[in-house]
Amino acid sequence: MSHAVDPPYDDEITKHFVWATVAFALVGMTVGAWIALELAFWPANLGVPYLTFGRLRPLHTNAVVFAFGGNIVFAGMYYSMQRLLKVRMWSDQLSKFHFWGWQGIIVAAAITLPLGLTQTHEYAELIWPIDIAIAVVFLAFAFNCAMTIANRKVQHLYVAIWFYISFLITIPVLHVVNNLAIPATMTRSYPVYSGMTDALVQWWYGHNAVGFFLTTPFLGLMYYFLPRAAERPVYSYRLSIIHFWALVFLYIWAGPHHLLYSSLPDWAQTLGMVFSIMLIAPSWGGMLNGLLTLRGAWDRLRTDPVLKFLVVAVSFYGMSTFEGPMMSIRAVNALSHYTNWVIGHVHSGALGWNGMISFGILYWLVPRLYDRPLYSTNLATQHFWIATVGIVLYTVTMWGAGLTEGLMWRAVDDSGQLQNPIFMDIVNRLQPFYWLRLVGGLMYLSGVVLMTWNLIKTATSPHPSGDDQLVAAK
Amino acid sequence: MSDSDAHWHRRALEPNAGLFAILTTVAISIGGLVEIVPMFTIDAAKPGIAESVAPYTPLEVAGRDIYIREGCMVCHSQMVRPFRDETLRYGLWSRSEEYTWDRPFLLGSRRIGPDLHRVGGKYPDAWHYEHMRDPRSTTPGSVMPPYPWLLTWKIDPADVQASVVALNRVGTPYSADDLNNTAWMLQQQGDEIVGRMAQSGIEVTWDTEIVALTAYLQRLGTDREALSAEVAQQGEETR
Repeated sequence: MSHAVDPPYDDEITKHFVWATVAFALVGMTVGAWIALELAFWPANLGVPYLTFGRLRPLHTNAVVFAFGGNIVFAGMYYSMQRLLKVRMWSDQLSKFHFWGWQGIIVAAAITLPLGLTQTHEYAELIWPIDIAIAVVFLAFAFNCAMTIANRKVQHLYVAIWFYISFLITIPVLHVVNNLAIPATMTRSYPVYSGMTDALVQWWYGHNAVGFFLTTPFLGLMYYFLPRAAERPVYSYRLSIIHFWALVFLYIWAGPHHLLYSSLPDWAQTLGMVFSIMLIAPSWGGMLNGLLTLRGAWDRLRTDPVLKFLVVAVSFYGMSTFEGPMMSIRAVNALSHYTNWVIGHVHSGALGWNGMISFGILYWLVPRLYDRPLYSTNLATQHFWIATVGIVLYTVTMWGAGLTEGLMWRAVDDSGQLQNPIFMDIVNRLQPFYWLRLVGGLMYLSGVVLMTWNLIKTATSPHPSGDDQLVAAK
Repeated sequence: MSDSDAHWHRRALEPNAGLFAILTTVAISIGGLVEIVPMFTIDAAKPGIAESVAPYTPLEVAGRDIYIREGCMVCHSQMVRPFRDETLRYGLWSRSEEYTWDRPFLLGSRRIGPDLHRVGGKYPDAWHYEHMRDPRSTTPGSVMPPYPWLLTWKIDPADVQASVVALNRVGTPYSADDLNNTAWMLQQQGDEIVGRMAQSGIEVTWDTEIVALTAYLQRLGTDREALSAEVAQQGEETR
């Protein structure tokens, strides 16, 4: 499949988003490694106000979720939507506006967050003028997609498109409702909600940012790129219908599991817990539909790094969507909440699911976008193994750290007194875990460096036909 | 796709993108509406507005904005859960009324450092000054970075006034003095803290950021006992 097919698709926009993905993977994960070092070794805060952990951690989360994650979703959507709908994007101008607008928002985030300009709501830290820009740019993108769907040359919407639609509808709703605020200055505002209501609205948003930014569009990508890479049809159409509708309906309810044992009304906490547990079913429906699509193609896993990445990604999706509901059970949450266990959980999702599926897509996409073979399959395989070992090291270490602090906080002796009354005794017990976590993270990051080199060499190497002029002319 | 074209989903929904989008919108709306709307409408869900929980003073608002700017909530929670170990370590468990004027809420999601919801009154003002200058001077083994700039940077009364006006507009009740004579109100409260710090040999001016941050930290969680008494008097134990 090259770009020179009829009707001609806009693959330039996909290339833009692909390279933005690679760039922000490097930036976002480097910041992540840096703040991991700050926890292991506090002098790494460097005594500079703009580089302290409190200011850089939101920069890390925003960079990996919205810059790395956002850009790969957009790259994959532009590539797959045009082919699934058999029509070029409705407006190339809107596509360009979307690309440059989104990168501008990322740059604005990278400037404002270290300056301490923040709304504090997790994954919604950006200040109100940037929030308005996000709404405008995202709605322009959604409108372009809607018009493209309306102009489609096929009658039926393929399952990937269902997931894209849920992403395009839900993100603006979450973003606008959660960011309603009254400005005090150009850089500061106060939310219209207060106290526990603000907390509930924020975690309705925060949990569904995971659900509708890091899950549904990525499932859409899985439904396009996994069957393409495996050269097999999706395992079950019926299963995709059931798990799509169940997922979009159930996900929205689960937010209050972030507020268990808070002063949120008990009934709301219980709803959050119950719906979180129910979410296992549609999540595993998606995982099984993805894995079973490989039936009859498992042998190719030995040789094809793309399939390796995709299969491990879907497996981590299954693992973290089992762990999440477990952590939503009150009795488990009492131990896990506020600990590093939560950090381990989000990274098994982010590094394992979102990261690995993104790498698989990039290794599949770049050779096709540039119409030449991948520079090195061997390097891609090395990337796969170093990333997988890195994730396992990261996750296991954070489980250890989380259990250690959770158990030490709650330990009470026979006379009913705290066994560890000095908080710093617990903090200092975590230092070895923090160093090991840094090693895991650096392994994962070094895999991305390998990938960057491999993809650049792929795109810039001479065309196998030896006639670059001809390719450029097409 | 092995299943037949006769499937209802394929026949009725997939050719009709508009209907598909509407049904998706319905599906994603129900959960949020059921959980969030009652917070505004049902009395049992709403935190009561307690007399004993007053809005933050202008100086506390300034301190809270510094707390937000430095990302303190990234490492410190403000939520004591109703567990024996937490009430032993921190104090009384948190009630929703205590958060009435919290815009934004600052419950946090990680405890890299200890919970701060009951830190008010736990240490003298001078302790907070020393702690921000060099966390390890007051807390051996701490991994918190030092914040020496808080000891020299100044708050801008006009900027604090803009915050108080915006908070008032969004529903926090402030007096005419808070809104119009913000600088004077800041200095009144700031001077009290300056006086207490001076007794420990620390020289600061009322408009130094550490004074505002100390005012906020010393306020945290201090409404709880009066709140318990108020609730006991009303004879109701809602959360």
